[in-house]
Amino acid sequence: MMLITCPHCGPRAQAEFTYERTVDSVVQPGTDPAGAMERLFTRANPRGLDDEIWRHTFGCRAWLVMTRHRVTHAIEAIRAVGPEALP
Amino acid sequence: MTKYSALGLLRGVFNGQSHWQPAWRDPEPKASYDIVIIGGGGHGLATAYYLASVHGIRNIAVLEKSWIGGGNTGRNTTLVRSNYRQKPLHDFFEFGLKMWERLSDELNYNVMFSPRGALMLGHSDSDMAMLAQRGDAMRVDRIDAELLSRDQVAKLEPQLDMSRDARFPIDGGLIQRRGGTARHDAVAWGYARAADQLGVDIIQKCEVTGFVRQGDAVVGVETSRGQIGAGRTAICVAGHSGHVAAMAGLKLPVESQTLQALVTEGVKPMINGVIMSQSLHCYISQSDKGGIVMGGDPDNWPSYAQRGQPMVTEGAIAQAIALVPALSRLRMLRTWGGVTDMSFDGSPIIGTTPVPNLFLNGGWCYGGFKATPASGWTYAHTLATGTPHALNAPFDLGRFARGDTIDENGVGPMPNHR
Amino acid sequence: MSGPQRAGEPGTIRFTFDGKPLLARRGDTLAAALLANGIGLVARSFKYHRPRGIMAAGVEEPNALVTVGTGGRSEPNTRATDLFVYEGMVARSQNRWPNLSFDVGSILGLAAKALPAGFYYKTFFGSAKRWMFYEWFIRRAAGLGDAPNAADPDRFAQRAGFCDVLVVGAGPAGLAAALAAAEAGERVTLVEQDRVLAPSLVRDPQELDPAWAEATAAQISALGGQILLRTTAAGYWDDNLITLSQRLAEPGQQPPNGAAQRLWHVRAKRVVLATGALERPLAFAHNDRPGVMLSQAVRTYVRRFGVVPGQRVIIATNNDDAYLTAAAMRDAGAEVVAVLDTRPAPAGATSGFTVHNEAMPLATTGARHHLREVSARVGGKIVRWQADLLAMSGGFTPVVHLHMQAGGAALDWDDASQSFLPGAARQNVTSIGAAAAADPIGPTPPPENSGKAFIDFQNDVSLGDVDLAWAEGYRSVEHLKRYTTLAMATDQGKTSNMAALGRLAEKQGVAIPDAGLTTFRPPYTPVTMGLLAGRSERDAGAHLRRLALYDVHQAKAPTWQPLGYWKRPRAYPAGTETLAQAALREARSVRTAVGMTDVSTLAKFEVSGPDAAALLELICATTVAKLAVGRGRYTFMLREDGLVFDDGTVWRLGEDRYLLTSSTGGADRMATHISYVRQFLYPQLKVSAVNVQEHYAGIAVAGPHAKTVLAALIGEEVPRHMSTVPAAIGGVPVLVLAASYSGERAFEIYVEASKAEPVWSACEAEVTAHGGCLYGMEAMEFLRIEKGHLVVGGEIDGRLTPHDLALGGMLNKAGGYVGAEGLTRPALTQTGRKQLVGLEALDGTIPEGSMLITAPGQPAQGHVTAAGLRVLDGGSIALGQLNDGFARHGELLIASSPTRGLIARVRVVAPHFYDTGGERYRD
Repeated sequence: MMLITCPHCGPRAQAEFTYERTVDSVVQPGTDPAGAMERLFTRANPRGLDDEIWRHTFGCRAWLVMTRHRVTHAIEAIRAVGPEALP
Repeated sequence: MTKYSALGLLRGVFNGQSHWQPAWRDPEPKASYDIVIIGGGGHGLATAYYLASVHGIRNIAVLEKSWIGGGNTGRNTTLVRSNYRQKPLHDFFEFGLKMWERLSDELNYNVMFSPRGALMLGHSDSDMAMLAQRGDAMRVDRIDAELLSRDQVAKLEPQLDMSRDARFPIDGGLIQRRGGTARHDAVAWGYARAADQLGVDIIQKCEVTGFVRQGDAVVGVETSRGQIGAGRTAICVAGHSGHVAAMAGLKLPVESQTLQALVTEGVKPMINGVIMSQSLHCYISQSDKGGIVMGGDPDNWPSYAQRGQPMVTEGAIAQAIALVPALSRLRMLRTWGGVTDMSFDGSPIIGTTPVPNLFLNGGWCYGGFKATPASGWTYAHTLATGTPHALNAPFDLGRFARGDTIDENGVGPMPNHR
Repeated sequence: MSGPQRAGEPGTIRFTFDGKPLLARRGDTLAAALLANGIGLVARSFKYHRPRGIMAAGVEEPNALVTVGTGGRSEPNTRATDLFVYEGMVARSQNRWPNLSFDVGSILGLAAKALPAGFYYKTFFGSAKRWMFYEWFIRRAAGLGDAPNAADPDRFAQRAGFCDVLVVGAGPAGLAAALAAAEAGERVTLVEQDRVLAPSLVRDPQELDPAWAEATAAQISALGGQILLRTTAAGYWDDNLITLSQRLAEPGQQPPNGAAQRLWHVRAKRVVLATGALERPLAFAHNDRPGVMLSQAVRTYVRRFGVVPGQRVIIATNNDDAYLTAAAMRDAGAEVVAVLDTRPAPAGATSGFTVHNEAMPLATTGARHHLREVSARVGGKIVRWQADLLAMSGGFTPVVHLHMQAGGAALDWDDASQSFLPGAARQNVTSIGAAAAADPIGPTPPPENSGKAFIDFQNDVSLGDVDLAWAEGYRSVEHLKRYTTLAMATDQGKTSNMAALGRLAEKQGVAIPDAGLTTFRPPYTPVTMGLLAGRSERDAGAHLRRLALYDVHQAKAPTWQPLGYWKRPRAYPAGTETLAQAALREARSVRTAVGMTDVSTLAKFEVSGPDAAALLELICATTVAKLAVGRGRYTFMLREDGLVFDDGTVWRLGEDRYLLTSSTGGADRMATHISYVRQFLYPQLKVSAVNVQEHYAGIAVAGPHAKTVLAALIGEEVPRHMSTVPAAIGGVPVLVLAASYSGERAFEIYVEASKAEPVWSACEAEVTAHGGCLYGMEAMEFLRIEKGHLVVGGEIDGRLTPHDLALGGMLNKAGGYVGAEGLTRPALTQTGRKQLVGLEALDGTIPEGSMLITAPGQPAQGHVTAAGLRVLDGGSIALGQLNDGFARHGELLIASSPTRGLIARVRVVAPHFYDTGGERYRD
């Protein structure tokens, strides 16, 4: 069980978080349908680093983007997204 | 090759069992093959066997990066059943179930397929209605399914908690009596031995590191044991489908996640068949050695680590004890994780790819073991003829973009919501 | 002799083994007590039912398994060496019939030559039924102990722990490391699986005074460190999370405080593994007989427990450590008949024992219970001795299990000790002491008769089986394990792995590290399932939520129905009414007068801010922005793939303020979906979306008199259909939505959950005064089916488009909603798709969930999603999904349920059976 450092709450057990999807799966409404389906239905799914969207569901509920290694589970980077993270 | 039989074992009493031959050869890879199958799991080995036995194509290599049967074939909970609600799924798995019923004889290797029954419990009237619908869908397609009353369930599995005030009281069940379990290792070994006898080269410790291309087409593979030419190349690597397909520039509708399973210390028989549930996410059976084998949901986050999150198994165990209270004092002996290729409708992918000469068999989620014979049979057909068999035609790679997904649970494209 | 003297001292604890009353001394393991009582035969092996005694003194014991405790507390397969005797303990031998001494199963041993490793793969062919015939016997012969046949009466506790340093193992190395860390100001947790500190010092006090351990522990505690005895580090997970299992009572013992064990999830900054080493047995014929023990175990029984397991002992070794056992036995008054050392004679001082160099046991003979004779090859000769104990040592295997679980798969090979040592680790973990280094050993000659030279004792795997697996091509270590079942027993291969690897390397002609190594997986020792479940097993981890109005329902003794996290009233039967009778009465009351029901569990979201409509037009596939203030409408939501996944209503409460309702079962999913769209896709929107599902309770009032009831309750103009007004009932503020799910004029009254009871009571009084009653989910289901309203999980099954559900006309023409792109996929508009239809029975009753077929034997063309009845005349009707259903109105089909033997002829009709014009909504 990973230890995930939430940018808002600090290090917390993985049990507080839920994985939602990968960044490469995000479909912005209004994009061209073929491209949208390509994004929705395929994944790089690398045996290495990927950008993933998680949520601190049982904590502050923030949406997070983390760069995580799929074999070692090491988290290289993590940031919060949402209105409060806008520039 | 020595045929396996009881007489052979008796003969061994007098010669110290010294007359047995290796179950398969350990050949050096040839420069090229008609068909190269990447992945020496049950599916890859079955594919090779049916290519050789049904389609007469014997110039085949199965390349395995490690040792055969060591991936998900050797890590699953060995359930065999065809009790799916959706027609393309139950037709496919039923074809496979019929193959299981004669597989030991066909391979001359006892895969210990034991149809002790696959029971799905219902915990409310709405569960029972869903089970009836599933059963009716199967029965209309001539697949065995029987609705059981509460009393019938209690008689079948006396260890179940039948108390009315349970959080998930048991109201009845749907049983597929022809479902059951098999010995997972034996499936890989049996297919390997039978394929080897037909001339298939099974090459272990041979990892594919890239594809050899001629224009768009794949004409061979780069491996840790050198380049091997291939007329057709067949990906059959389960959880590593995305990784291997990426070498050919393909992105798949697959996400790799860990599925954990566990086994307890052995005890005398306490669970007769396979116990599953319409509302809970655990499945329980007892192996012939006596261990209670069980699993639950996947870890629901991407990983290739074959290493799980302990609280996921703890949750599955809580559900199992809620159903079978006597499991409480047994001890968990081993846990392990497999890398499952979670597809985006929960159904497998068997067919051609946009890359000429490259074929794909994957997306098995956590239900691949029971499919082994049908998967091998239909994939062999697809590889031999270049077009899918009627049974695997619905499971093509193009169905996602087209809108023809086969979604047993109706939960859509996020595998972690499954 | 140091350590406790046993001779002549009376036992103080009473226990039974196989019904025989015996005495133990405080601090005894069951193994020590059995040895002290002269009991040699303790168990039967798994496969051949061979007689077995006690081999080890710790968790590695492969042979001496017993069932301990009674009823739901009974624990099969408990190691006698890891079980401290308590007053009244009931232990039984297992895997034998009718008794341990005379076990019918042992005839399998006579057939052993025909039953080599993997024999079952080569025979029992024929039909699956035929295999099941053989399997019936195999299953009964296999297994070990019996599972308990009652529910567990005890609790299992769980706790989270955090520390700077977790030290695993309170031997000398672990204690020293823990003290050093505590002195450096670190928060220390020290765990020890035994019940005493530093048991190795009790065994070998010449190393360090055992009193040192107590003193060191006291210092650690004084510095704030935590020491947990009888606690095993079972699993090592990501980011230094270690699971500990702590015994609060012995197996089968009634726990003093109700909790039998405690599970810890400990997060440590760093971990120190002082897990010691396990002694290896030697492989020779009949090395499994009672009376053949590991050398250090013998020394442990003598020095720690004061039990001398034999009077004439042969020592067989390839290392120096076993000489300490020889000394301990001599000190205890036993005769050390001979020391067989595989190594050539050393130059220099002698040990004082009769030592035979280049000597290796060949075989043992004896009875079921005892050892009688040991033969050995000494140089070129075979020599025999009478002996009742053989203490063997094949060297030591550092316990690297947790290191490997930590992801430090790298192990370094040490040739001198022939052992794997911890290598580089991925996590912050170090190994120390005997877990990190082992003493050199001499050669280990292979047995001359490998057939009965066991290496995996519990599963009866001999070196001959390893040879057979090799000959048959099972040559990778994993194939070897799986083919022979080596290391698959409850001891997890702790004493067998290295012997197998050595043999495999020998066959391959390579060094052991090149022969491969299996992966050690959690747990280190088996862990009780109930402990892992914790307290969740009572509700299977799915905690039930309590309705705000639970008490008022319960007072009416309804029939409850589970729904997601909730239980909702299904019907309120009066007197001797059946559920169906009650539901029909309730539904008729709604059709003819008025009824009220609890709709609190519906998902509810309050969406507000300048961009509220913009967010809702992303979530909902219908238009929202055009709604006037005070109005509402039906809506539905698409997944990104264009398929409908939920539906509900949306209400404009103010200029920038909306209420969205959706299905109960989909509430969490909808909350996540809204949050994703709002937080991730459109963070720039100026909008707040709050989940108020449990903030408000909801009461629906429906029926021809509903308007009158509402007028009486709120004392002012009631809103017209699909309108909303704020109001008050008995001074409590409420929100009234004029929405109907029943086909009648109806209102939903939302009230802050904590203030719901008086509002409910006021409603009930008015409803009753107007000749109405409460209705439950069953009546609601009848009403909505008749009106053709959809339900999530029924008609909306996640596989249909809005067009399939006849909702296409409501789609927002401007697009822009989530799922608009997915909806353009070609197959979603092709013919042949399942479409929503109504079904009327021509005869009989339409079975719920049945298949729609054109004739018997034909494939299904669709299915019944919900079967109901015409509330007023009782006619059987249903909703269903049918291929090309829109074009098939009027067609006759069969609704068939083979699993229930039910069948009905049906006519396909439009999915509305009641008030198709919506006249009843009009004021």
